[in-house]
Amino acid sequence: MNNRLRVLRAEHGWSQQDLADRLGVSRQSVNAIEKGRYDPSLPLAFTIADVFGLPIEAIFLREESPE
Amino acid sequence: MATKMSPAMRRYIRRLTVCMSIYVGLILAVGWLFRHAPPAGPLALGAAVLPALPILGTFWTIFRLLEEETDEYIRYMLVRQSLFATAFCLSVMTVWEFLQNYDVVPSGNGGFGAAFFWFVGLGIGGMWNAWAARRDCAPEDDDLEEAE
Repeated sequence: MNNRLRVLRAEHGWSQQDLADRLGVSRQSVNAIEKGRYDPSLPLAFTIADVFGLPIEAIFLREESPE
Repeated sequence: MATKMSPAMRRYIRRLTVCMSIYVGLILAVGWLFRHAPPAGPLALGAAVLPALPILGTFWTIFRLLEEETDEYIRYMLVRQSLFATAFCLSVMTVWEFLQNYDVVPSGNGGFGAAFFWFVGLGIGGMWNAWAARRDCAPEDDDLEEAE
């Protein structure tokens, strides 16, 4: 699953640690999700969507979807 | 593992330290007992089992950690580490048993039981996780200028 986490984070001027603090997870987790090494659970995906004020589908994209 | 230790991980370290301290105390005490005043009957059974109890406690601390860790990615890494430990232990024990079956090696395990190999596997899995943590927390990954 692809995601726009890195781009959205940059738009907000947040470091990985800033986003991790807002999500209540480790920076390691944010990095793993950004790099596509780990797909978050639905509850965490909803929390990420809430933090950015966007729907989940605006952040997480299917592999074949163009970014 | 996370660069900042989570409360669950701190509790795990505390519990593990307690279990290992009790283990060291019991293994020395029970060893002394069997060398100098060997118990018999049910007492021998009870005394011989005593050092195993903190090892069981260690398994409990690991499962508590998996239960209490709230960071799902870290929990995923810990589960993977435990599965690696299980696979490592079963592989070593399986190979060893076949070697014994065909009398290639002597019977017995030289005092190294399944738990020993499980913990060795856990250690190897822990090194793998530590490498992943260093990779995941490299400073260059947090460079906002690289983002589009």
